[in-house]
Amino acid sequence: MLRITPRRLVDQVKFFSKFKKGLTKTKETLVGNIKKAVGLAAKVDDDLLDKIEQILIESDVGVSASLKIIENLKKKVASDNIKDPEEVTTALKAEIMAIVRSDRNPATLSSDGLTVWVVMGVNGTGKTTSVGKLAKFFSDQKKETMIAACDTFRAAAVDQLEVWAERSGVQFIRAKDGTDPAAVAFDAATSAKARGVDILIIDTAGRLHTKTHLMAELAKINKVVAKVVPEKNIKSKLILDGTTGQNGLSQVKFFSEAVGGIDGLIVTKLDGTAKGGVVIAIAEEMSVPIDFIGLGEQIDDLKPFDPESYVAALFE
Amino acid sequence: MFDSLTEKLEATFKTLRGHGSLTDENIKEALKDIRRALLDADVNYKVARDFIAEVETEAIGAETIRSVDPGQLIVKIVHQKLISLLGSQTSDVYISEHPPSVIMICGLQGSGKTTLSSKLALRYKKKGKKVLLVAADPYRPAAIKQLQTLGKQIDVDVFEMGQANPVEICQKALSQASKQFVDLVILDTAGRLHIDDELMDELAEIKKSVKPQELLLVADAMTGQDAVNVAGTFHEKLEITGVCLSKMDGDARGGAALSIKRVTGCPIKLVGVGEKMTDLEAFHPERVASRILGMGDIVSLVEKAQDTIDVKEAAKLEKKLRKSQFTLDDFYQQIQQLKKMGPLESLMDMIPGAGKLMKGATIDPKSMVRVEAMILSMTPGERDKPQIINGSRRKRIAKGSGTTVQDINKMLKQFGQMKKMLKSFTKGGLRGLPKGISPF
Repeated sequence: MLRITPRRLVDQVKFFSKFKKGLTKTKETLVGNIKKAVGLAAKVDDDLLDKIEQILIESDVGVSASLKIIENLKKKVASDNIKDPEEVTTALKAEIMAIVRSDRNPATLSSDGLTVWVVMGVNGTGKTTSVGKLAKFFSDQKKETMIAACDTFRAAAVDQLEVWAERSGVQFIRAKDGTDPAAVAFDAATSAKARGVDILIIDTAGRLHTKTHLMAELAKINKVVAKVVPEKNIKSKLILDGTTGQNGLSQVKFFSEAVGGIDGLIVTKLDGTAKGGVVIAIAEEMSVPIDFIGLGEQIDDLKPFDPESYVAALFE
Repeated sequence: MFDSLTEKLEATFKTLRGHGSLTDENIKEALKDIRRALLDADVNYKVARDFIAEVETEAIGAETIRSVDPGQLIVKIVHQKLISLLGSQTSDVYISEHPPSVIMICGLQGSGKTTLSSKLALRYKKKGKKVLLVAADPYRPAAIKQLQTLGKQIDVDVFEMGQANPVEICQKALSQASKQFVDLVILDTAGRLHIDDELMDELAEIKKSVKPQELLLVADAMTGQDAVNVAGTFHEKLEITGVCLSKMDGDARGGAALSIKRVTGCPIKLVGVGEKMTDLEAFHPERVASRILGMGDIVSLVEKAQDTIDVKEAAKLEKKLRKSQFTLDDFYQQIQQLKKMGPLESLMDMIPGAGKLMKGATIDPKSMVRVEAMILSMTPGERDKPQIINGSRRKRIAKGSGTTVQDINKMLKQFGQMKKMLKSFTKGGLRGLPKGISPF
């Protein structure tokens, strides 16, 4: 299905280097530290494993996921009789790889008509920006794309999305500030279906996951869209700020409960020094796959999450 | 996995309580749990390590006090340490006596700068200051419009120059402010990454040209380990004067607050606790430390109640209670007052011990709406004398409120119990505090 064209090849190379560039800082600390720790250690002992634990925790992987990774690493060290600290890196890489790997293609749309992505998350994670970038991504793939602004709460959120719609040249459904977001979502789904759109991306208002009434509003949006589109074609995508710590787990739990399961994560702001390690914990503890990651402010800086490149870039 | 720091520490102390005195061994065990709890709360790895080391020294030194329960002793030490880490006193925003005073707001993308700027503007407008908000974010689409909309909401002027250079925008804004006798200028700068040298230089340049009295960094309370890098870099390059924590109304334990305070040494001055423009509070280190340790935050609750509850209404209610004339109408009024105080969950967090008590028992805001509907479906006579509500009236009320007769029965029964309970409370005096919210 994936035809290799020269254009695609160039894109792939560009993407990979961007990926690496964005993650350079992450890599510098994570791998740099491990190498340092490994270099200092003459043999594989508890000190080395403690250092690895520190590095994982400082990358926001969290205590419990870190302990599990270390536990598995220990077993591997024992069973494979690893004596060389250098080989520990290889084993660690495989360990993390096994956790974040997912076999599905995040960009796959349903084969029978309209797919709807409902994009949600807490305030300030980058929902509107990500919706704008996703629109560009799908329209580049020659998919008929529509975006709907259902953030009727935050001042000027609709205008912000409209700018993105113009930039990516996709269809745009706007709502007046203060209108019922579910009503806008319903209108958008109805018109997307009528116009034969391939994917409708709904931008929702940021909300803290602990606010019951706001979570109920989100559930209502999903329910209303399900009147127009079969439920299996509606995907809830959670935007997670890459700088978020262990609260990310709580976010996934609450949003998941509200909408009956999160289909995938979009992790933003990974071009800073944050390691975004909480996604490893999320993948490990809750099995929610990572679909896209944001590596910068440009319209093309949102990329499908590719675990191979991710771990390769981390451990190169 | 989702256990709060509070619960972890409580569990730790419980195991400690069994022992006669603090020994090297049981302290180690407790500290291990505390360390884990701190890390789960996103306190930076190294900050947590230092914290634990300090507590350990003090705890072992305190071993000789035999009369005190060892658990309580550790609680006291940890609590005091937390307070001193967070900053030993409340520190407010500095406003110069020679207007215009300038506050510059900076931070990462999505940390909540624009919202905080507007909340701050409203806070000083209420104090009688003339405030000017400055839209210094020419990059993000519609950022200017967002500030303008918020400015309109709170009735504060917004200065903007479209996509002009931010340094120029700030300079022009300041000269306009001087001419118009503005007391306070708030510069809302664009979000940026701390490693983006170009944009960090831009901030340094703004700082140099407008010389703000306050340079506040806005940090998301949910930030993880990276908080030390972000705050550290901003401080290193700009010498910030204070920190504002946003999104503290979520369930993040706010370990980032500890980390940031430790790495910058700057006081945390303000806390954003909601989406409303009035949801801005001063940072009280002792309250946050108490909250982390599960001692509740009753001071904030009382303040909130004082802010929102109508004193006259409360006095009237108290009089009625003394005479046992509490009616369903009063109950309805009470619900309205309670609703003004914000979401129930956030109130529950403030009540000492309630966090633990309410764990698992989810508060359904809808049950409150249902009770409201039931009361509104009654005639004034029924609200005044609930005893006249007979079977057929119950049927009618159920129909009118979209509930069942069973719901009505339950509500009336609870109301009766509440009335009885309130009667016993009034002996001690009930100043407006809605203690009788038991049905929820």
